[in-house]
Amino acid sequence: MKALIIDDSRAMRSILRRIVAGLDFETFEAANGQEALDQLNDGLMPELCLVDWNMPVMDGYTFITSVRANQGWRNITLMMVTTESEQGQIVKALAAGAHEYVIKPFTPDAIVEKLEILGLVGRGIPA
Amino acid sequence: MGQESFQLIAAMVLRETSIIYDERKDYLVEARLHPLATQAGCASIDEYVRLVTINAEERRKAIDALTINETSWFRDNAPYQAFTETILPTLMANRTTRRHLSIWSAACSSGQEAYSIAMLLDQHLPAGWTAEIVATDVSTAMLTRVQKGRYSQVEMNRGLPATSLVKYFTRVGTEFEIIAPLREKVRTRHLNLADPAYPGIGTFDFILLRNVLIYFDQPTKHGILRRMHQHLAPDGYLLLGSSETTLDLPPDLNALWDREQLGRVQAHRPATSTPPRPITTAALAGA
Repeated sequence: MKALIIDDSRAMRSILRRIVAGLDFETFEAANGQEALDQLNDGLMPELCLVDWNMPVMDGYTFITSVRANQGWRNITLMMVTTESEQGQIVKALAAGAHEYVIKPFTPDAIVEKLEILGLVGRGIPA
Repeated sequence: MGQESFQLIAAMVLRETSIIYDERKDYLVEARLHPLATQAGCASIDEYVRLVTINAEERRKAIDALTINETSWFRDNAPYQAFTETILPTLMANRTTRRHLSIWSAACSSGQEAYSIAMLLDQHLPAGWTAEIVATDVSTAMLTRVQKGRYSQVEMNRGLPATSLVKYFTRVGTEFEIIAPLREKVRTRHLNLADPAYPGIGTFDFILLRNVLIYFDQPTKHGILRRMHQHLAPDGYLLLGSSETTLDLPPDLNALWDREQLGRVQAHRPATSTPPRPITTAALAGA
């Protein structure tokens, strides 16, 4: 499976890359929503996008809205990973088409558990 | 921390809670006591341990800190799936007159398990039914947290679907608070599972005793399972943690339980061949 990590912080992309790579995702990165859209338009079809909210050029909310407007990308699972923690923002992201929402800061377990909720990694199997 | 300090603390925790800390967990003890030592103005963990031995209030704080366990919402998922798909429908089919369910989250820690069940009841329990969740723990600090129902952003990330966050919580400062209708469903009570009896606790249709028995020695674990049997309805369900086994029980205790596989979860149910249970003082008090 492929995961596209969209965050303007290189350090954050690195953290997320290590987590999802550890779950056997092939990882791709973009520094803002526009870069991510460009990659999708160029044919990248990830199963998962991890999307920051506040980024230059194009923010994560606009990216999600753009992805949801394209029927060809309807199978992409979108998860916001952001410092935005107001409930109104969470509702707004879900209404726009985000499937899940993680508030920064987070622990690696939090990302894994959210991907379990989304059915992208195995869940409930005793270690 | 020094070996002597560790032994003192481990012995105290064992005596007061029956929880075993072996020497490989000294880093954990140190990590959990460090904030308390700083707060108390102690220069070292060893100095703090000396304070704990003579100060009852610090002893209570230390025990609270050492009995806290990290937890997440809908932990392991499979038990909650078993609850909505099998346990809840089965219990409801046998309670169409009473239309009430009693659920016990034993060793509830900070309450995520109890509130996860409360969320599922909100979604799956039909109108006209009532349910009560009793959440017990040996840590009074944890029980206070459960009553408040407030969680940090980091805790909110742990296994809670975003839709449930939006539906069941309100933002209070930097924390999230569970909504009043769910908080009112959960009643807290201080209880040490290692105590020889649980007077007044009542009888439950469903007991969650997950990832708790691993902390107790064998005799204590067996005692707990005997008492659980007394406080579980004859057609009730007991769920243990996914890595916990009861294959090593003595024959008389083993005979009390039937095992039932529910998807990936094994539930324990009072054995159907069990003779009627004698009415005990504890059962009367909880009736």
